[in-house]
Amino acid sequence: MLKGYISPYNATVVQKLLDQGAVLLGKTNLDEFAMGSGSTDGIFGPVRNPWSYSRQYKEKTPPKSSSENEESDWVITGGSSGGSAAAVSSFTCFVALGSDTGGSTRNPAAHCGVVGLKPTYGLISRHGLIPLVNSMDVPGILTRCVDDAAVVLGSLAGHDPKDATTIQDTFKPFELPNLIDVRKLCIGIPKEYHAPGLSSEILALWSKAADLFKDAGAKVIEVSLPHTRYSIVCYHVLCTAEVASNMARFDGLEYGHRADMNKSTESMYAATRREGFNDVVRGRILSGNYFLLKQNYENYFIKAQKVRRLIANDFVKVFGSGVDILLTPTTLSDAVPYMEFIKEDNRTRSAQDDILTQAANMAGLPAISIPTALSKRGLPVGLQFIGHSFQEKQLLTVAKWFEKQVKFPMIQLEEVKRHDCSVFQHQKSVSFL
Amino acid sequence: FCTRGSSAPEGAKQGSRACARPATGHRGTAPRGLASWVPVVGLEIHVQISSNSKLFSGSQVQFAAPPNSLVSFFDASLPGTLPVLNRRCVEAAVMTGLALNCSINKKSLFDRKHYFYADLPAGYQITQQRVPIAVNGSLSYSLCIDNKMSQMVTKTVRIKQIQLEQDSGKSLHDDARSQTLVDLNRAGVGLMEVVTEPDMCCGEEAAAAVRELQLILQTLGSSQAIMAEGQLRVDANVSVHHPGEPYGVRTEVKNINSVRFLAKAVDYEIQRQIEELENGGTILNETRSFDSKLGCTIPMRDKEGKQDYRFMPEPNLPPLILYDAKSLPVNMNHQQVVNIDWIRERLPDLPSVKRAKLVELYGILPEHSFTLLNEDGLAEYFENVIKQTQMKPKKVIGWILNDLLSYLKQHALTVKDSPVSSFLLADLLNLLERREISSSAAKQVLEELWKGEGKTPLKIVKEKKLELIQDQKELEQICQSVMAIKVGNQKVLNKLIGLVQRATRGRSNPVLVKQILEKKLSE
Repeated sequence: MLKGYISPYNATVVQKLLDQGAVLLGKTNLDEFAMGSGSTDGIFGPVRNPWSYSRQYKEKTPPKSSSENEESDWVITGGSSGGSAAAVSSFTCFVALGSDTGGSTRNPAAHCGVVGLKPTYGLISRHGLIPLVNSMDVPGILTRCVDDAAVVLGSLAGHDPKDATTIQDTFKPFELPNLIDVRKLCIGIPKEYHAPGLSSEILALWSKAADLFKDAGAKVIEVSLPHTRYSIVCYHVLCTAEVASNMARFDGLEYGHRADMNKSTESMYAATRREGFNDVVRGRILSGNYFLLKQNYENYFIKAQKVRRLIANDFVKVFGSGVDILLTPTTLSDAVPYMEFIKEDNRTRSAQDDILTQAANMAGLPAISIPTALSKRGLPVGLQFIGHSFQEKQLLTVAKWFEKQVKFPMIQLEEVKRHDCSVFQHQKSVSFL
Repeated sequence: FCTRGSSAPEGAKQGSRACARPATGHRGTAPRGLASWVPVVGLEIHVQISSNSKLFSGSQVQFAAPPNSLVSFFDASLPGTLPVLNRRCVEAAVMTGLALNCSINKKSLFDRKHYFYADLPAGYQITQQRVPIAVNGSLSYSLCIDNKMSQMVTKTVRIKQIQLEQDSGKSLHDDARSQTLVDLNRAGVGLMEVVTEPDMCCGEEAAAAVRELQLILQTLGSSQAIMAEGQLRVDANVSVHHPGEPYGVRTEVKNINSVRFLAKAVDYEIQRQIEELENGGTILNETRSFDSKLGCTIPMRDKEGKQDYRFMPEPNLPPLILYDAKSLPVNMNHQQVVNIDWIRERLPDLPSVKRAKLVELYGILPEHSFTLLNEDGLAEYFENVIKQTQMKPKKVIGWILNDLLSYLKQHALTVKDSPVSSFLLADLLNLLERREISSSAAKQVLEELWKGEGKTPLKIVKEKKLELIQDQKELEQICQSVMAIKVGNQKVLNKLIGLVQRATRGRSNPVLVKQILEKKLSE
């Protein structure tokens, strides 16, 4: 639909970065209209996880037989902001922007071994972010370390008069302390995040991480977010409803693709939208319109809003009881090979993969995925921290501490090795100023 | 929100529905069984808010600008753009709500109303369906009975709600080339939709109510409310039923371009429905368009079946919170806040108040005050003349309404464009008051003044030799010569006075002339 479309204005987040002297290297690939959890449904083709070509992965996952199979063994980045995660992961750039509506920044961050930050809803302007679900979308930040994420957050956060859902209070950029006293912290482990399908590897890693905090003197307790299991269906209703609404503007009249149909306005609209949207998008539009019909509105949309309130309240209760940060897995497993991923359709995959990240969007809370360790297949696994609303400083402080403890290995790409190795040893962070 | 159904709403007040004038047929003859039909009329009035920029974007609001020259990225629905509420529009809605005695909702919400149409770029309109900004008000208006301006009756129509919403763009259908041209200048302009309860019963009531609303809006400045420029658009909902029975099926009449046409359209539709039902037919719940040339309503084929607008809360706009003096937080930035009490304190005098004041202050008749307010600038003109003349207001009003106004009407001029300023008129009236000229002479001077050549009344009087003849001897001579022609009885006296007046071109003092003639006749 928007192939070849060049926006006549800059998004606020883009403009802010440019104003700070950032150099724009390019645009990255994603699932069409940010709908998907694999970055495989974009018009330019699927995104490949750079770790597919890493020594770590190749060592652990020998190729099937002939050299041709190296091509079919590559794994997905996760999604929907997979291109951005891949760019950061492969040292193409220091930072990339994504979007996060159900986990679209954190999911690929975990699969690509980078830091993926989802800020609190309302902290960063959505002006210029093509909306998926207006009430849940946030711009996401992908970097190689937590300090970088803090720097970028500092230049992006704050009230934007062009976005009426941003907070009015002034935002103060912060620097993260190098040393913190973990003993003052209370870490919550939500038992419902031990979701069906969670790999034993990740479960073990999660446990190990909890022990890390405990051993350092933090209070680590099990908590309950009882409505977690409803979040996926709730999300489906609200997401598709908003999608149906947000996509109504794509009619080929003012901009973007316009079909060659001349008979009537309606037929032009219909042809344009059939041609311009892939079936994932069309499926969501149809579902969404169904839920918004007068006879269904009460039973679906209103009900989902109520469930959303319950999900958000779960967090309020837990955070109100003294828990500072929640620790959960980000994904159910490490990245799967592309050929395996596409065996299931987009909707099924999204439903499966969003389960651990989705609730934070429902509640508008800040969350971050930190690369933790490599799986036995040699692929990155990330763990997620969820914090209090607008308490990014605390969230990132804890994340930084954790990052220091786990010392996640750097990706060893053969192609990249041709250049001066030492450069990359030192170039983990931008904040060398 | 307006309920669309064929039965009367629960607990609806049947109330005093007696129409100022019974609904008669076009030919003025009452059809069979007329007295048993009760027409029910409700209005949905879209008012364009007078503001510099649009409701949710910064593009300018301007009538008749080159096509698509006032369109921001948001108006064109470019992806990634977001609505930001215009404070002035909120204030206009609050002002209007207060003027119409509404309760202002301190928390109101925005919703999306979805439908596909070329002049709606986003595929949805942002409106207030769940909780509008103002509810439960009333609008009082006056009607004159029996066409004479002598008896006025005050009526009230309840205002159901006022909601803020976006205007759509304009589509121009070019059937010749089978294409539609879309102009988005108007897309996104702020509207207040004023919804009345179905309290009216004929075209005249509807027209009077709308006229009064126009005056109120213009007084407040919240809208210029000029129907010809599309700043005020009225849709009428019409049904008929027998007394005591539930409301009939209603039709919606659109495409009404003036207050006059509103009255015609409503009356036609009432009549059409009565005739249809009396002939055993049924009324369809449909939308009809008023054809001003033919003076009738015709069904619009646009709407196929019932539309489901799939209402959804607008997620990009937080609830609109308004404050009053009590609830206003102490350290709130004044720029970020709309204070209802602050607005209420600054409301100007509404037309009804202004009219009452004119009547009380100047002793003019109520119907005069209506005419004064109905013409833009006329009341001000009148008061300016009063200030500059010794003539009593009760006399001045005659000159204003009969002479000035009729001349302006004849030449389709507004008060602002009058070649005779209040200063000049006052000057003339002073001459009359001081008896330097007679009233018929004054009318002659006025005729000269209309030419707008810049001459003062005094100058014209001198030029045309219109001074009142006060001199006894001079008048005696004239009377004598006139009498020489006609000698007769007392009845002729008046005729003689008239002749004298004619001979002197209105300059003779009529009191003196009468005395002289009487004396002569008795001789």
